Amino acid sequence: MKRRFIKKDGIHRRLEGWPLVFTVLTTIAILVGGLVEFLPLILVKGSVDKIATVEPWTPLELEGRDIYIAEGCNTCHSQMVRPFRHEIERYGEYSKAGETVYERPFLWGSKRTGPDLARVGGKYPHLWHVRHMENPRSTSPNSIMPPYPHMLENDLDLSDLPTKLKRLRMLGTPYSDDEVQNAIEIAREEAEAIAREVEAQGGPEGLETKQIVAIVAYLQRLGTDIQTTSTAGSGASSAPEDVNASR
Amino acid sequence: MAHAQTTSAPGTRSTGRSNIEIFSYDEQITRLFVYATILWGFIGMSVGALIALQLPFPEANIGEYLTFGRLRPLHTNAVIFAFAGNAIFAATYYSTQRLCKARMFSDWMSQVHFWGWQGIIVAAALTLPLGMTTSKEYAELEWPIDIAIAVIWIIFAVNFFGTLYKRREKHIYVALWFYIATIVTVAVLHVGNSLAIPVSLTKSYPIYAGVQDALVQWWYGHNAVAFFLTTPFLGLMYYFMPKAAQRPVFSYRLSIVHFWSLIFIYIWAGPHHLQYTALPEWAGTLGMLFSIMLWMPSWGGMINGLFTLRGAWHKLRDSVVLKMFVVGITFYGMSTFEGPMLSVKSVNALSHYTDWTIGHVHSGALGWNGFMTFGMIYWLLPRLWRTTLWSKKLATAHFWFGLIGILMYVISMYVSGITQGLMWRAFDEAGRLMYPEFIETVTQVVPMYWVRLIGGLLYLGGVVMLMVNAWMTIRSAPKELPDPAYAAPVAPVHSGGDGRPGAAPASGDGTEERKDDLVEVAPSEAADASAASGSDAPGTKKPDGPGTKKPEGPGTKNAQGPGTKKPDGPGTKKPDGPPSLRETDDED
Repeated sequence: MKRRFIKKDGIHRRLEGWPLVFTVLTTIAILVGGLVEFLPLILVKGSVDKIATVEPWTPLELEGRDIYIAEGCNTCHSQMVRPFRHEIERYGEYSKAGETVYERPFLWGSKRTGPDLARVGGKYPHLWHVRHMENPRSTSPNSIMPPYPHMLENDLDLSDLPTKLKRLRMLGTPYSDDEVQNAIEIAREEAEAIAREVEAQGGPEGLETKQIVAIVAYLQRLGTDIQTTSTAGSGASSAPEDVNASR
Repeated sequence: MAHAQTTSAPGTRSTGRSNIEIFSYDEQITRLFVYATILWGFIGMSVGALIALQLPFPEANIGEYLTFGRLRPLHTNAVIFAFAGNAIFAATYYSTQRLCKARMFSDWMSQVHFWGWQGIIVAAALTLPLGMTTSKEYAELEWPIDIAIAVIWIIFAVNFFGTLYKRREKHIYVALWFYIATIVTVAVLHVGNSLAIPVSLTKSYPIYAGVQDALVQWWYGHNAVAFFLTTPFLGLMYYFMPKAAQRPVFSYRLSIVHFWSLIFIYIWAGPHHLQYTALPEWAGTLGMLFSIMLWMPSWGGMINGLFTLRGAWHKLRDSVVLKMFVVGITFYGMSTFEGPMLSVKSVNALSHYTDWTIGHVHSGALGWNGFMTFGMIYWLLPRLWRTTLWSKKLATAHFWFGLIGILMYVISMYVSGITQGLMWRAFDEAGRLMYPEFIETVTQVVPMYWVRLIGGLLYLGGVVMLMVNAWMTIRSAPKELPDPAYAAPVAPVHSGGDGRPGAAPASGDGTEERKDDLVEVAPSEAADASAASGSDAPGTKKPDGPGTKKPEGPGTKNAQGPGTKKPDGPGTKKPDGPPSLRETDDED
């Protein structure tokens, strides 16, 4: 039978005269694998364990996340701690599926030119991030990260925020009416708080309207929604206390 | 399928004799795609060289818009969709017309496809540095551009399938199978992965979240490699390799087996990009399993390509086209071995997130896609422009620059990747991380980044040589390049296996063929197959001229008796070839 199928005058030879049938068979062949792998993730309830403490991004964090995306930070930084001892030692608790339920798009990354950021939240003070974005080599000598001084100068554009929250709510992120309507105010308040803290730590003044506060808000939230069992960050801490010394 | 369409398509006209019609191939569209391939190849690889410099030398991140994070997607998009994309369109438009013995279905659609695609590339080159990106790898473009891609792709599909519909050749040759798989699957992948809800013209959120988004993205990402960088290039190989080698394809049966197994299995392999992540483990395991199974279908293609040179290895000596093809196919074999290896969990644990991945993709992109493209362009240049290649020496220099460039690139990335992987996981005797500061693992590999840059610049230098060679060749082309006319019976011919009509081209070809080492033989492409199975009876020849061809009606199309088969040009030579050639088999 098999011989007959691929023989010179076999069935396949005939198939080569029927491009429509050929195309239909090809389409079936390429659909099977994707469906078998994707459907269980959607249809099987509990294929992703929900974690009660995981909450949607605040409006300012969402704005910071979108800046992170625009700058392509994910091209060099992953956000996915794998369940290996050396990764847990270096970065903290490994990443759970339930932590990413509000991630649109997911930002797990595929390359670590720089360190993983899945658990970077709370690891450094706000001012460290401000200095680091302004000039990475001021906080991490020999770093090869590009500098982002414009984040301290460019105004934060919040005008799309209500639409963003509305769209995300359509897709299933549980934002309240209040959050959607007052998204801009809520973001401003949070920005204010971060800017004050940066000032208190001895940093530049007047950052509350700049992009940097959004990216700091986002980075400081990363990986903090679950109680990490191991006290993360035995490594990779290039000493938060050095922040002021470096400048 | 109705093959009997005889209405005049563009470029087709009936002659006075009712059973003969004159038609021509649209060569200008292939020329356009060749121009675009060379130009975007240079631009895409130049951006690659810039970002390769930015890694060891961060001062090269210039201002707000030209940082590594914004340029890296520009580099990948330009090389995949602009360079490789235009190359596969050039291959498709050139070979489909000849394999179907029919002009493209619609010249108008061909033009829209070309200009639309270039417009999309320009849009990508503008929006990505401006930070308008979805962040999903190789699908970074925002939704308005995604819609444009879908529209242009549909136009391409209609044009392609329309050409199949009005073909004059009953059997669709293996190259066309791969084009069919490409067109269908890329459409499915692109639409499936790009589904998103717009926030504004420049921003959208995907309908999938978290784990689902990751799985869909790598279903897309992996199969963009499969169906944008593999299957169309296999189609290219199946057409141009036998042409350049003047040999039929090694095995018809192998081409059937490896085609179906390749397209079926490839789709499953996506989750191997997500080993040890939050993706459910069964999916990663399945991805690994199918990746390993994919090794054999991939090598089926490599064997069919390389063994097409059986008995003709000596031709490598003089032919830069064959040199390019052989190295390209060899890199295909190497990266399709490496890919399954990297998908194995224990290897992936070391290699993932490191530069090893970068080495792997460049062995595929520079070696397989790049060299197959260059080989095709060097083959097409004298034919499309009806002249001789300006400098064979320069082309050979391009080959060596490219080859040394690839080797420096991939070897430096292997060293760097394995170094990173080992340093990240190293513990000291006390059980603490040996390199707790991540920066130590960065500075360690910076020298390799310089080596990579040199390798990349060598490869880019080769592309500059191609630009010069193409420019000078085209300058020596005749002023007028009318599409050569061919004659064919009015009723589509459903027999024969010849890739082109029986008539000799009205102009062109003849003169330069003798000077060029790459003599075009009439029929090697569709000769594929039955030639390889060796059952061609002599005496079933192809008619010498159009007038002698039997105009068979559609009614006879299934009556493929042995008497109606195959032309007997060099393409239908029995696989063993003439003894005199066999002796040179072992050369090289």
